[in-house]
Amino acid sequence: MIFEEILSIHPYSLDKDEKEKLLTGRLLKLTKLHQEKCLEYARILESIHFDADKVNSYTDLPFLPVRLFKELELKSVSKEDVVKTMTSSGTTGQTVSKIYLDRTTSSNQQKTMVKIVSEFTGSGRMPMIIIDCPSVVKNRTMFSARGAGILGFSIFGSTKIYAFDDDMKLDIEGVKKFLDKFQGQKILLFGFTFMIWQHFYKELLRLEEDGITFDLSNGILIHGGGWKKLVSEMVNPEEFHKKLKDVCGLENIHDYYGMVEQTGCIYMECECGYLHASIFSDVITRRPIDFYECDIGETGIIQVVSTIPESYPGHSLLTEDEGTILGIDNCPCGRKGKYFKINGRLKNAEIRGCSDTYADKFKS
Amino acid sequence: MSNLGKYNLAFMNAFEISEDQLTGLKYQDIEAWDSVGHMQLVAELEDAFDIMMDTDDIIDLSSYEKGQKILSKEEYGVEF
Repeated sequence: MIFEEILSIHPYSLDKDEKEKLLTGRLLKLTKLHQEKCLEYARILESIHFDADKVNSYTDLPFLPVRLFKELELKSVSKEDVVKTMTSSGTTGQTVSKIYLDRTTSSNQQKTMVKIVSEFTGSGRMPMIIIDCPSVVKNRTMFSARGAGILGFSIFGSTKIYAFDDDMKLDIEGVKKFLDKFQGQKILLFGFTFMIWQHFYKELLRLEEDGITFDLSNGILIHGGGWKKLVSEMVNPEEFHKKLKDVCGLENIHDYYGMVEQTGCIYMECECGYLHASIFSDVITRRPIDFYECDIGETGIIQVVSTIPESYPGHSLLTEDEGTILGIDNCPCGRKGKYFKINGRLKNAEIRGCSDTYADKFKS
Repeated sequence: MSNLGKYNLAFMNAFEISEDQLTGLKYQDIEAWDSVGHMQLVAELEDAFDIMMDTDDIIDLSSYEKGQKILSKEEYGVEF
C-alpha cells in the first residue's frame, strides 16, 4: 500500500484486524526499502538473520533502539535528496539524534499530522497563540524538535502570536489585545507542557492576584513534550487541567505523545484522558526481560511503528519510555485503535522531550 | 494590480526573490522556501487576496504553478 492510500482513510476508523493488515503490509515494505537503501540498516538485519518471509504481523518486525540515531547517521536517500535535518531535543552536553528527511517524507509528516489533529480541532484554521518564544524557529536549516513541533502546528493558525518574548516573559499586552480582537472565536493554543506551567500558568496566577485576568474558555490547548519536571513538582495531568481551568477558564486540553524520530505520527489525548494510536502508527509494549509483547494493562517498554519514514530507517523503534496499553477499539470516546498511558522514562534513560530538556535548566 | 501581479509579489516578498525566478519554482527548491518560508508565503497570499486557505490546500501548495491552480478554485475565486 502506498502512503496516499493510507491518507485517504479516517485516522481512527479501522478495527484491530483491518489495522493490523494495513500496518503489516506497509511496514514490511518499508523494512525492505530501507534494507535495500541503507547499508547500516541492511547490516543490522543481516546480523539478526532477518527473514521477511517469516513475518506474519508488523509486531514481528525488528525494531531499532531510538538511541541509534544519535550514534549513526542513518538515511535511505542520497545527501542531495535531504531537504531537512531534524534534531531531537537534548539537554546541554547530550548528543542529539539526527533525522534526515526528503521531500516525500517531510510532506507526508505534515499531511499526517494535519489529519490526526483535525480529528480533535476540526479542519478549520483558528487564531493561534503559540506558548513559546519566537527565537525557537529562527535556525531554519537545523530544526530542533521544539521548533518543528511549533511549525507543524502553525498550519492550524490563521493569525498567530507568540505568547512569550525571547526571555520567556509573557507578553501581557500582546495576548490581551489578541484575545480582545478574536473575542467569541475558538482559539488554538499550542505549547510544551513545562513551559506552559512555568511561564504561562504561574504568570497568569500571579496576574490574577493583581486583578488582571484572561478568558480562555473558548480556547483549545494542545501540549506535549513530557511530564518529568511537573511530576517532580507533584503536578499530575488532572491537576494541570484543573489549575488551568481555574485561572483562565481553559477546559479543552489535549496532551500528545510523539517524538522527532517519528514526526507526524503523534498520539493525541482524547476527551477521556487516554492517548490514541491512529492508523498511521502504533504502539507496542514490550517486557524488559525478553521483549515479548505485553498483555493489555501490563506495563512495558514502548515500541513505536510509523508508516511514514521513507528517507531514514525509523519506521520501527524501541523508545526509552514506559507505558501501558489500556485497550483496543473500545475507548469510550469512540475512536478505534489502541489507547494507552505513558508512565514515564525508563530508569537511567537520558532526559529528552521538548518540555523536559528545557525544564532541566530549572534544577533546584 | 492584476491578480497575477499580486500573486507574484506574494512569492517575491515571502522568499525575497525576483520575478524571473518564479516559473517552475517548487517547494524546497530554494533555501527560503522551506517550511518556515511556506507559512510566510501562505500569509502573503492570504493578505493579498483576503482569503483563508484550507489546511489541505496549504499542504498541496507545492509549486508556483500549483498555487495558481489552488487559488483558482471556487472557494477562493482568484482569476488569473
